[in-house]
Amino acid sequence: MPSQRVNDYAGLLPADARGRLESTLARRESATGAQMVIAIFPSLEGESLEDFGIRLAERWRVGQKSLDNGVILLVFVKERRVRMEVGYGLEPVLTDAVASQIVRETIAPRFREQRYAAGLEGAVDAVFARVDTKALSPARRSPARGVSPWTLAVLGLFGFVVVMLAIDAMSGGRARRNAYVAGGRRGWDSPTVIVPPIWGMGGGGSRGGGGESDSGFSAGGGSFGGGGASGDW
Amino acid sequence: MKHVILGLVLLVLVGGIVLLAVGSWAVSVNNGLARSEQNVNEKWAQVQTVYQRRLDLIPGLEESVKGFARQERTVLTEVTQARSRASGVQLTPEALNDPKAMERFAAAQAQLSGALSRLLVTVEKYPELKSNQNFMQFNSQLEGTENRIAVERRRYNEAVKDYNTRLVVFPDRVVASFGGFKPKAYFEAVPEAATAPKVKF
Repeated sequence: MPSQRVNDYAGLLPADARGRLESTLARRESATGAQMVIAIFPSLEGESLEDFGIRLAERWRVGQKSLDNGVILLVFVKERRVRMEVGYGLEPVLTDAVASQIVRETIAPRFREQRYAAGLEGAVDAVFARVDTKALSPARRSPARGVSPWTLAVLGLFGFVVVMLAIDAMSGGRARRNAYVAGGRRGWDSPTVIVPPIWGMGGGGSRGGGGESDSGFSAGGGSFGGGGASGDW
Repeated sequence: MKHVILGLVLLVLVGGIVLLAVGSWAVSVNNGLARSEQNVNEKWAQVQTVYQRRLDLIPGLEESVKGFARQERTVLTEVTQARSRASGVQLTPEALNDPKAMERFAAAQAQLSGALSRLLVTVEKYPELKSNQNFMQFNSQLEGTENRIAVERRRYNEAVKDYNTRLVVFPDRVVASFGGFKPKAYFEAVPEAATAPKVKF
């Protein structure tokens, strides 16, 4: 399993270019939810490119699990071959034709001039140009709006109050109410007293959880079905 | 007399416990087999989806070829006919037990693969077609679809292998025969399919 987005097993890229690609991919991922990973190998060692590609995709499982929005770009230096594996969820926007066009028109010409980093950067831009405009994942959008934690907090609070009221009503509620009444108070006060601290906690909790770390990489469990394109330079 | 009654009660009790244990084991094996069979059916649905995808691509491909190579009538007709034959042979999950039905499906699809590869070889003669944007697009979609077919077929065969193995291994075999589980047919590689279109530019 890869621990980073750019996996240069062939030493093709200089360190600064590798770092730049890595952070671009991380930024794009946190913006769109789609995961793209680059893998550069010295040689295919006689294996079939497509077979290698899908097996790597099955092993690495790039992309979010339910959205299958992963892309893997494989480069084989010795054979001068490239393959783009596209996850199920991105097939509608990154069709085979689009993937093939990216390989032929963006990667191959630059690789031929040995501008490997430029080729890969161009490919990343081309991929996310399709993903950004057409496949913003709903799973990423709703937490960004900040609705879901608040809704949860309110619902949780509501449920808590209801449960408290029920317990109050069932177990000894009447006896206590009688006692309250006797003491000059109404029994309904007891749950309302509990409410304010919960509000405070819930609000603080959801605001505190808004931060997002995007420097680390872990594949989300996305599936691939052999979509994408192959090419050479 | 008292001892006999006590013994009988004990026997019934122990027998009941054993029966319960065996029963719950059988149910869990049965559920496992059902899940495995369901998995085979799901993988088969994927196989059919990718083959359908290929069928859907062909009219566009034919259209783009016709514009440049109208005289290649025989090859084009062959593709059209093979396509209509292939779209006529569908295989429901219920028919996966029938190797003959699977063979018919595979043969129809293999015939289409053959016709397509002949068409793409013919196309090599037309450089202006090969560099045509529209044709290139259909061709890359077709290449991708052929790859998807290979992937989904392998996954189907793996699912079948997993399921069929359960049917013959003791003790699951016993439950399988009671539950009426039947082995599924593998999607064998038909010789002609080995020459699937693979046009390099």
